[in-house]
Amino acid sequence: MELGAYSFGDTQRNADGSLRSTAEAISNLFEAIVLADRAGLDYFGVGEHHTLEMPASSPGTVIAAAAAATKQIKLGSGASIISTDDPVRVFQQFATADAISGGGRVEITAGRGSSVETFPLFGYDLKDYDVLYAEKLDLLLALNNSGTGNITWSGTVRPELNSLAVVPRPVNALPIWLATGGSAPSSVRAGQLGLPVSYGIIGGAPARFAPLADLYRRSAAQAGHAGENIKVSVAALGLIAPTKKEALERFYPGWYRLNVEMGKLRGWPAPDRRQFLAQADAPGAYYVGDPDEVAERIVDLHGHMGHMRHFLQMDIGGLPQEHLLESLTLLASEVKPRVQRLLAKQ
Amino acid sequence: MSAPQTPPAGARTIGILGAGRVGTAVARQALKAGYEVRIATSQPAEEIALLVEIMAPGAAAATAAEASGSDIVVLAVPLHKYLALQPALLAGRTVIDAMNYWAPTDGELEVFEAAGRTSSEIIQAHLSGSDVVKTLNHIGYRAIEEDGRDRGADTRRALALAGADDDAKALVAGFLDRLGYDAVDAGPLAAGRAFQPGTEIFNASHSAERLQTILAADREPARS
Repeated sequence: MELGAYSFGDTQRNADGSLRSTAEAISNLFEAIVLADRAGLDYFGVGEHHTLEMPASSPGTVIAAAAAATKQIKLGSGASIISTDDPVRVFQQFATADAISGGGRVEITAGRGSSVETFPLFGYDLKDYDVLYAEKLDLLLALNNSGTGNITWSGTVRPELNSLAVVPRPVNALPIWLATGGSAPSSVRAGQLGLPVSYGIIGGAPARFAPLADLYRRSAAQAGHAGENIKVSVAALGLIAPTKKEALERFYPGWYRLNVEMGKLRGWPAPDRRQFLAQADAPGAYYVGDPDEVAERIVDLHGHMGHMRHFLQMDIGGLPQEHLLESLTLLASEVKPRVQRLLAKQ
Repeated sequence: MSAPQTPPAGARTIGILGAGRVGTAVARQALKAGYEVRIATSQPAEEIALLVEIMAPGAAAATAAEASGSDIVVLAVPLHKYLALQPALLAGRTVIDAMNYWAPTDGELEVFEAAGRTSSEIIQAHLSGSDVVKTLNHIGYRAIEEDGRDRGADTRRALALAGADDDAKALVAGFLDRLGYDAVDAGPLAAGRAFQPGTEIFNASHSAERLQTILAADREPARS
């Protein structure tokens, strides 16, 4: 089981609650990835969000820098909003980072994104939501699967490519994942395309996703896809601290702040602490706790979903950087050996 | 394994348009309550057979026409796709509009941004031959399966409904009751404004009594 983290960037707060700089958030993110690599984590996912609170808008740039500064960790986007980007550019950026990493450490996770802030930002029309995603994913896969790097492709959402070179070529084809928040049709799509799938689980009992993983695997089998590309990862919220009490106290203020903001945007009621506490205990969705508990809950979910990677978003709502770094360290040094031990016993 | 409950009086068949999180959650809860459930998407029925088998065991993968022929049809597609709903197929049917307009996820859609009408009134205008009832929009897809209780339970959650036709509303109220919820009639479709996103009712759990109080307070300014 691979363990890791993901982040959209987390702008720190002053004592009065006001936001500090977004540049600091990116530099903190870079520091966290380098630490995660040294601590022995397997994966770090970056972005893509475009807000003052979560400013990791350019995953490829952060990943290229991190590729140069790390030795073993795999680096990916979480997710690249390909609908509103140019797949040629996304592919070139990640293939470049892959070369810098020494080859084989850089991945792309393609998604639609849970909000639509990139549509006005890059001048796209939401009416084209579905066709943009379908066509751009198709182009991204064509770019990755091309042996020669000479690409011929045509569609409706971008100018055609007529035997044009798209370079650099990655050392090997990049792993391309599909991200989904857990809709059944997305699981079918990932299976039919034969791509690995990454489930973002941000609420409710994670074991609810077991039928989706089953649907994904059976859709892949039905379409004739098998082998190591058919695999499942889980992205969830969580924070590890020496004790459960500390983990709850550290994670709650940022969680509360984020949910107040989301609630304003989406018309949800104000978050309350009981909700938080319910989600932070098994069988809830937040992996907030001490190393023993978090390890047990990851292994428990593995029994339901058979996933090969579990990675946590820890820094939300202005989590103090030192708490992020301690949590990453504990995930590598304390949770990972426990997970390996528990899985070996099964 | 217990035998399925006998189908309730009133509606017997439930058609669901949309196989996303809301559609499959409503399907499972309706199956538990003993209904015959048909699910349709924009794809051919055989394309969603595996999805239905795994996500809503016991439901039928159907064409839009088959699902639309049900006693109650639940609309559970992303709102921005509403123009793809076929008025002719749904004419004469009782239709639950479980959709919401959320600019942060739908983007700003001109027709819904224009002041005056609730999203369900716009759906009713598109489906002019159907009896549209707005409900199930203000409960989270996970809660649909978690919050249902037997009638008479102490803590039974209530759901509001709004629509023009009393018979259609009675049919839907019976359906909500079987799903495990008290139904509270908010009035005509325009009254659904009180449980759209951003309101006290939206996504919060209330008893029938509390829901009636909130709805009454909401009507107050209009009277004066």
